[in-house]
Amino acid sequence: MTAILQLDGLSKAFGAITVADDLTYDLAAGEALGIIGPNGAGKTTMFNLITGTLPSDGGRILFQGQDVTRHAAAKRCRAGMARSFQVPQPFSGLSVFENAMIAATQAAGLRGRVAEGKCLEVLEQTALLDKANKTAGSLTLLDRKRLELTRALCANPKLLMLDEIAGGLTEAECVSLIQTIKDIHATGVSIIWIEHVVHALLAVVDRLIVIDFGRKIAEGEPAAIMASPEVQEIYLGIEADA
Amino acid sequence: MDWVNAVVQGTLLGGLYALFAAGLSLIFGIMRLVNIAHGDLIVLGSYLGLVVVTATGMHPLVALIVAVPVMAVLGYVLQRGILNQTLGDDLLPPLLVTFGLSVIIQNALLEGFTADPQKMNAGAIETASVSVGGLQLGVLPLLTFAIAVGVIAALQWMFYNTALGRAFRAVSDNQEIAQLMGLNRRHVFGLAMGLALAVTAIAGIFLGIRTSFDPAAGAGRLIYGFEAVIIGGLGNLWGTLAGGVILGVSQTLGAKIDPGYQILAGHIAFLVVLAVRPQGLFPRVSG
Repeated sequence: MTAILQLDGLSKAFGAITVADDLTYDLAAGEALGIIGPNGAGKTTMFNLITGTLPSDGGRILFQGQDVTRHAAAKRCRAGMARSFQVPQPFSGLSVFENAMIAATQAAGLRGRVAEGKCLEVLEQTALLDKANKTAGSLTLLDRKRLELTRALCANPKLLMLDEIAGGLTEAECVSLIQTIKDIHATGVSIIWIEHVVHALLAVVDRLIVIDFGRKIAEGEPAAIMASPEVQEIYLGIEADA
Repeated sequence: MDWVNAVVQGTLLGGLYALFAAGLSLIFGIMRLVNIAHGDLIVLGSYLGLVVVTATGMHPLVALIVAVPVMAVLGYVLQRGILNQTLGDDLLPPLLVTFGLSVIIQNALLEGFTADPQKMNAGAIETASVSVGGLQLGVLPLLTFAIAVGVIAALQWMFYNTALGRAFRAVSDNQEIAQLMGLNRRHVFGLAMGLALAVTAIAGIFLGIRTSFDPAAGAGRLIYGFEAVIIGGLGNLWGTLAGGVILGVSQTLGAKIDPGYQILAGHIAFLVVLAVRPQGLFPRVSG
């Protein structure tokens, strides 16, 4: 399989604090990759670097074989990258439908009825259809998270980056979310998913990467990774020799 | 009856002030840019009209067909070429750069057209009037007011019913996220400035028909524009129209008391609003 995304020695530091330290990995087309790691490990920063909201200090980012390291965020988005934010960031003055339309028209380049159709389809999928005309600023947290996913999906992404989208959801909501993400994955969209709700993550991803202090400290088959002593120590706070 | 007349004339004058202010309001609303050169751009619009009229012999109102697109293109180029570079977390650079721009425009106009006051001749329409309920209303002020209402209605409609308006609101809401949604902020801002200067061209031509203008006339227009925007409430286009009307009515009422009070009365009305309701009378309701 060809890689849709390749990180090659990606680095970023804020002063003395290293938030991305020589990150290198490939994501195959159609693969679902899970990212775990303690708070402050640099997971969200990695998304910021990939999407281009934050310039990297060193290393390269290849998207579909093309070097996008110097490309602006808007250009990367139009090339097929979409993300959801851990803290939802809707256009709060716009309606839910308009939020979706921005992504469908600007990111996916759809027009007129096609764009509207795409938005309605995604809103149905994310269970926001009945709130389509509400202003995004009036939504509850759960609905804002759904809107994050909606917007990302309306962008017709080839690579979908999800940032702690299951956090704060009830069990039932989480189950339906997992199903939605599985459905999206089944259509061939590659996924990188940062998540603390490990069981949700394990239900979807093919591979896990563990990040701590901006470094990749483990990578591999999800069950094996979760069982490894160093992951249990660093990530779950259980000492290896306990 | 005299007082009613003053109020009606002031309202119509407010239409012109709303035209001055609409571009400012639009720019501030979308990109939080305070354009100090706005008044000079209005005057530039007047001179552009004058040049078109002198060169082709067109009626000044027909010259809008040329002036509006020229100013729109100028706005886009100005934004992409210069103003985009000044936008950021700091409010000072755009203030300084547009102040510099203001000086440059004034002096360029002085160089090109001398300091002599100029005026566009619109013929019979300037003195024509209609009698409504005992009041004599000038056709030109009526037309100005109608155009102002039309422009603001059109901008408002564009804002809430078109893809471009949606893009403007999205960028105004959250620039960072808009970028991630594939919106090119620089291009959107360029379009916004183009639109604002198209409106400015209309304002400039109506100014140039109504009264004489010279290269230094911009500062006064800028003040009236600012006052109208602030009285009406930031980011609300209909509020800007209301602000223009309040300013116009205050001026004509002031002039009614004593002709020397005209300008002062407008500024006092502005200060009163600022003191009593600093957010303006009709600030945009969030959400």
